[in-house]
Amino acid sequence: MASDDVWILGINMTKFGKHTDKDTVDLASQAAMAALADGGVTMADMGMLAAGCLMGGGGIAQMIQKQIGQTGIPAYNVSNACATGATALRVAYMSIKSGECDFGLAVGVEKLSGVGLLSGGSRKDDGKTWNRSGRYGAVAATDGRIGTDTMPGVFAQVGMEYAHKYGGADFALFAGISEKNHAHSTLNPLAAYQKRFTLDEIMNDMMIAYPNTRAMCSANCDGGAAAVLVSDAKLKTLSLEQQRRAVKISASILTSDPYQEACQVLPDVNTLTRRAAEQAYAKAGIGPEDLDLVELHDCFATAELVHYDNLMLCEPGGAADFFKSGATWRDGSMPVNVSGGLESKGHPIAATGIANVWEVCHHLRNEAGDRQIQGAKVGLAHVIGLGSACGIHILEKSGL
Amino acid sequence: MPEQIPFVEYLQLAPTPHLVAHQCTSCGARFFDRRNACASCFGTSFEDASIATEGTVRSFTIVSFAAPGIPVPFVSAIIDCDGTSVRGNLTNVTADPEHVSLGMKVRLTTYTVGADEAGTEAIGFAFEPAA
Repeated sequence: MASDDVWILGINMTKFGKHTDKDTVDLASQAAMAALADGGVTMADMGMLAAGCLMGGGGIAQMIQKQIGQTGIPAYNVSNACATGATALRVAYMSIKSGECDFGLAVGVEKLSGVGLLSGGSRKDDGKTWNRSGRYGAVAATDGRIGTDTMPGVFAQVGMEYAHKYGGADFALFAGISEKNHAHSTLNPLAAYQKRFTLDEIMNDMMIAYPNTRAMCSANCDGGAAAVLVSDAKLKTLSLEQQRRAVKISASILTSDPYQEACQVLPDVNTLTRRAAEQAYAKAGIGPEDLDLVELHDCFATAELVHYDNLMLCEPGGAADFFKSGATWRDGSMPVNVSGGLESKGHPIAATGIANVWEVCHHLRNEAGDRQIQGAKVGLAHVIGLGSACGIHILEKSGL
Repeated sequence: MPEQIPFVEYLQLAPTPHLVAHQCTSCGARFFDRRNACASCFGTSFEDASIATEGTVRSFTIVSFAAPGIPVPFVSAIIDCDGTSVRGNLTNVTADPEHVSLGMKVRLTTYTVGADEAGTEAIGFAFEPAA
């Protein structure tokens, strides 16, 4: 008998990096068509489409349809900061779960090569006379005058806050996380950068926002990712090969941040991630100890550390010791970011929340080649969009 | 003496410089900007609350790479001012990891951000090491 499970039937990510000859619509269409082909289906089968391109304005879903097939299905344009891709995936998941359709397509794409520093708001020139504006009635731009709005700085503070609370984390430890992810990237041909760095090279790289050097920041790049989802009932009518390669979505969770005392001055990326993780484990009926691999949102090396704790991969407060144990290297007990993570694979924002699911699926399907985590059966993909939104997907290998 | 105005509305210059938050009269949550309702308990009544001018550094970063026009390096910090978290720059301290540390004691100070064409000075706030 069919259950109400939802499965990933086909999934794809483009090479991440610099695509000078392709725009966002090209990249999104390339990923979408490849995901359809991977699933052995066509646009004629799709009952809905959800797509996001954070920096590209609206209407990406319809633009994709015009490139690959206009069938009149509901098209959802989603925007949820760095969780945009995960949100698109979840909209497709909910559409199938609701019984509205049997197949859904989710797409995320971004072009970020060469955009440079991402700040909350770059400073405009101060006016000739002081005029109050904005929510704080500031007479001029606050970035750099009342703390920092830059992403490397905000996430540096997130990591340093953890270091202050629990101890054990310093510049070298944060750099070590980056060393791991860059080492992992050498096995991922789709990563924007596949270069291993020594700890010294990372620590002596250009300082962006202490303790994050350039190598410890996510790589701005171009890329697209797409996934085809299918209902359990429909999957059972498909070929044995399609059923064997299908990956079960055991949990699809989205949270926003509940009120916390300090969240007005420093985004709290912890509470909503922990809540999402708790809900995801409960929904999937597993615990963190059951995970064979994790792709988490290492937008900066300082962020990866706190998410070890938030995702309950380690004891509360024990993230520094957990990393020092070697657990999160690909040969460790809990491989984290074997794709190379955002620091080397790259972070084309709206694509990230599907690309991390692709990475996990690749291992669960035993198709990850040189970087295959042997015997992987269950994995978790996590993203954070500042503001904030947290998306977590727990994925399980087909039992066939 | 030129006219002086605070850089942001939540900085009060007299009688001595201090920050003022909108405090929810129901649950005590504090906000530096205006809210329609309390983000914590949805209450709609607020009163002004003065924030302690001394605190400890709960987190910091030293920004070396910023948007054009922002002098670097500078220290951005999250200060625990007697239970209320405040964001601000650290000043009167060398901006390197040897001179800034987690848990260091700091106090509010003010400085002149600049003057406009009318000669009005905007007074900003920052935190400096407390001896």
